Amino acid sequence: MGLDADAVLTRHGRDRTRLLDMLWDIQRAWGHLPEDVVAGIAEGLGTTANDIRETASFYHFFHTTPGGRYRIYLADTVVARMRGYDEVRARLEQETGATFGGPPDPTGSFSLLDTPCVGLSDQEPAMLVDSVVFTRLRPGKVADIIAQLRAGATPEEVANPAGLPHDDVAYVDHLVETNVRTKGPVFFRYPTDYRSLIRDCLVLTPEQINERISESGLRGRGGAGFSTGLKWQLCRSARGERKHVICNADEGEPGTFKDRVLLTRSPKQVFAGMVIAAYAIGASNGIVYLRAEYSYLIDYLQRQLDEMRADGLLGPAMMGRKGFDFDIRLQVGGGSYVCGEESALIESCEGHRGTPRLKPPFPAQRGFLGEPTCIDNVESFATIARILEEGPEWFRAMGTADSAGTRLLSVAGDCSRPGIYEVEWGTTLSAVLELVGAQDPMAVQVAGPSGECVSVAADGARQIAFEDLACNGAFTVYGAQRDLLGIVREHLKFFVDESCGICVPCRVGNTELLRGVDRVMAGHAAHADLDEMVRWSQIIRGASRCGLGATSPKPFLSTLQRFPDIYRSRFRTPHGVMLASYDLDEALAGYDAAMRELEEDVS
Amino acid sequence: MTPDGAARVHASHELPATPPPAQTVEARAGKIPIATISLCGCWGCTLSILDLDERIIPLLDAVTITRSSLTDIKRISGRCAVGFVEGGVANEENIETLEHFREHCDVLISVGACSIWGGIPSLRNTVGLAACLREAYLDSPTRVPGSPPIIPRHEEIPRLTTTVRPCHEVVHMDYFISGCPPDGDAVFSVLSDLAAGRPVNLPTAITRFD
Amino acid sequence: MTIQLTIDGEVVTTTEGTPLVEVAAANGTYVPTLCHHPGSPCLGTCRVCAVRVNGAIAASCSLGARDGMVVEVNTPELRDLRRTIVEMLFVEGVHNCPSCEKSGRCQLQAVALDMRLEGARFPYRYPDREAEHDAARIWLERDRCIFCQRCVEFVRDRETGKKIFSISRRGERARIELDVELADAMPPEQVAEAVDLCPVGAILAKGVGYDVPIGQRRYEAWSLRNRVLGRRPS
Repeated sequence: MGLDADAVLTRHGRDRTRLLDMLWDIQRAWGHLPEDVVAGIAEGLGTTANDIRETASFYHFFHTTPGGRYRIYLADTVVARMRGYDEVRARLEQETGATFGGPPDPTGSFSLLDTPCVGLSDQEPAMLVDSVVFTRLRPGKVADIIAQLRAGATPEEVANPAGLPHDDVAYVDHLVETNVRTKGPVFFRYPTDYRSLIRDCLVLTPEQINERISESGLRGRGGAGFSTGLKWQLCRSARGERKHVICNADEGEPGTFKDRVLLTRSPKQVFAGMVIAAYAIGASNGIVYLRAEYSYLIDYLQRQLDEMRADGLLGPAMMGRKGFDFDIRLQVGGGSYVCGEESALIESCEGHRGTPRLKPPFPAQRGFLGEPTCIDNVESFATIARILEEGPEWFRAMGTADSAGTRLLSVAGDCSRPGIYEVEWGTTLSAVLELVGAQDPMAVQVAGPSGECVSVAADGARQIAFEDLACNGAFTVYGAQRDLLGIVREHLKFFVDESCGICVPCRVGNTELLRGVDRVMAGHAAHADLDEMVRWSQIIRGASRCGLGATSPKPFLSTLQRFPDIYRSRFRTPHGVMLASYDLDEALAGYDAAMRELEEDVS
Repeated sequence: MTPDGAARVHASHELPATPPPAQTVEARAGKIPIATISLCGCWGCTLSILDLDERIIPLLDAVTITRSSLTDIKRISGRCAVGFVEGGVANEENIETLEHFREHCDVLISVGACSIWGGIPSLRNTVGLAACLREAYLDSPTRVPGSPPIIPRHEEIPRLTTTVRPCHEVVHMDYFISGCPPDGDAVFSVLSDLAAGRPVNLPTAITRFD
Repeated sequence: MTIQLTIDGEVVTTTEGTPLVEVAAANGTYVPTLCHHPGSPCLGTCRVCAVRVNGAIAASCSLGARDGMVVEVNTPELRDLRRTIVEMLFVEGVHNCPSCEKSGRCQLQAVALDMRLEGARFPYRYPDREAEHDAARIWLERDRCIFCQRCVEFVRDRETGKKIFSISRRGERARIELDVELADAMPPEQVAEAVDLCPVGAILAKGVGYDVPIGQRRYEAWSLRNRVLGRRPS
């Protein structure tokens, strides 16, 4: 069996902030987090077992109870449901003998679990068997995988029969497709000599770098669109002994997968951006926070970092510059969408629950370990490397007045060429739809559930830009045949599942909104109920603590605005004085159901 | 028990009734008709109405009680200005009665914890109906030893609803007087406001939740 | 530094950085709160103290006063918003005041009474959450918990500084856990403090039921609003 608590503690320097790493070690060794090992970790860290579980139980990949030998996580996404998810799910239950969310099968081989988007919307349905990924699932393929596992093969052997080394890009390419559809101007253009690029940057002063970033007009690519230059300047001028650069690779927005592709095709472009950021703000410590769903990238990314270290592009006195010490470590998450929120991500890096912090203070002032922290998205860092290669004017010349440069789109759904596209900001919705071969499109989910569901007919001329249709990279096409209300429901359910629960409007309000949509779908709503739900939405958006609550009602609000008929067509005219929302059939069904349940006792 | 073709079961307010005597009708003329009902509650709220004590006498110059839990009159005859509803909705008779009140009252008031959020009867919501029935009829300590297990089920016995619900989840309610039971003063305050045609303004000082 | 800002149109003077909720109270404007615990670090979990600051909704416990801020508290829209949040709490748990030991000294009840809470606009959920009875002198009635985090953050073992209360799970499934061993080491006055710190009836001392007659209980004797505003009981 596995490691004992002491070995795990030693491996991670008895450092409380490395708790997620410790939990992964324990879970890999034991299959779950055994009580005695957790107690040992708690003792070693001078805390209580409850405190360890406080962190562990926040993340859906950590388990405090044993499961089957293999845990199978099937991604439940809107796109998967367009691609035969139901058949795959049914077949998994049939082949394994387990049920989703239930106990393992009688032989103890398999546990089946739901998981939200795993960043593979262009090759759904997809599942993780522990950390090994399988894509483009069909019922037959699933049956084959389960048969092999039953016959004794490991998930690793099933997925990688050739035994490709994990740190090789060939391994990553064997598991998942990258589907890059455009080349340049910013991404996937040609190999760059990062040594020269970093050397050239280090010739400049940090102020000059900051100026160039500011001049380029770059805005954060994570979604919020804050000026990167301004953020860096704030971080540079913030007082602190030590500063940090964090790369947010917790790409959790359903429908997005561009960061996975960037990390696969251009990891050093991203890391070079981090080095430049570290130099510009005076940071010594770098972290890449990688979502656990992308665990198959770990060894590959470690190798890239090792190569950079060997080249002197990371580590102490970088490129002979005394006093510029900067290194990067990988931090793997534990399964939580809200950790994409920068302050929640920092909490997670510190080994805590991913609870978003109160702001202010912002991370640039007090971030990781309370010290000034510059946190940017994968795409932002990759862009930075190119801006410093080509110059801010080159970058500024692309895009629109308020949105400089280009945007990577993760395109999926009803189109003939899903994948990664680079478009200049300002490109219209129609132009993107044409580019990707949209098939009878009715609506587009721009920027995922937290963005807008727009109408192809009404919004075709709108531009992908911060000043019009802001987009974090997700671009999911819905054909005319799709059930939009069902999609709204899926997205609201996603937010309910992923809410951290710390604040009331988000924790309670999102569930109420979901139930409200359920009532609409069941024909138990009248017009007044929708008006109420709009009011709830405003309250959730306004009063919640972080960006999750600020955006979670958008699937409802944006479809209500663009496609009111999907709601109106379900309205019920109340009969008499009884409210439409009162479900009389449900109310009267309970007695007979109880009698049936008690039949055996009575007869 | 009910052979095919038997007359349908009537709600209590649908049963035939004797019209009130002429002098009663005359005495009521010009007064504001009010009605009260206890659904699934303990009648404590109704007793709070009695806690108006002697204040009820001058009030009766302005209002007349057409249907109340105390008189056991089953229906509201004609239009009613104000209906007080005690208790939550726990069976199908409660649903019908509440609808009847909503149809006949201009203003409908939820009185007390059970009416407002289900109250004590709603504790069964967390247990489930089957467990309640089992406990009450099958595993009951008062069941006669050796007697056959019977759970009442008859067309004329209202079925229990799956869960106990507050009144405002079934029909629209206009006002709420909280408390378990509310203070007689609270009932008086609301009634006086309505009788005088003033907007209802229940002081927080006499409102309580327990 | 002394600064000026306006609250509902009135100019008030305060020290920069003072939590807005306290600035409001000092100037006669009551803002309801549940998680806020004066003198302790801000939790910002309940959001019941939401106001508008320069047009945007913000939790007034979590924002420090700045010069020139325009704060709105008592608009119909904001009253409705705060009340909606309280209604969310009422439907989420089981807030059975008639049978609760904390009635009359419960902050949630006091806030709701002050708002004249009526029937909630959301359907009641009637959850059945497991209670925690394992400790000798303290128990958790989780149906009443509003997840404010006061106990998690502010109650610590006096010897080791370890957490006695902690969180488990997330989202609507999140709940408070009790470290039984540490709970059993709590001296009686710390138990009383923990019970008092809980703004609802979720943390209770065993063996204590109703110990103050109706009419004389904490918020009956001196209303929450008057306490917050520093006004003597009427």
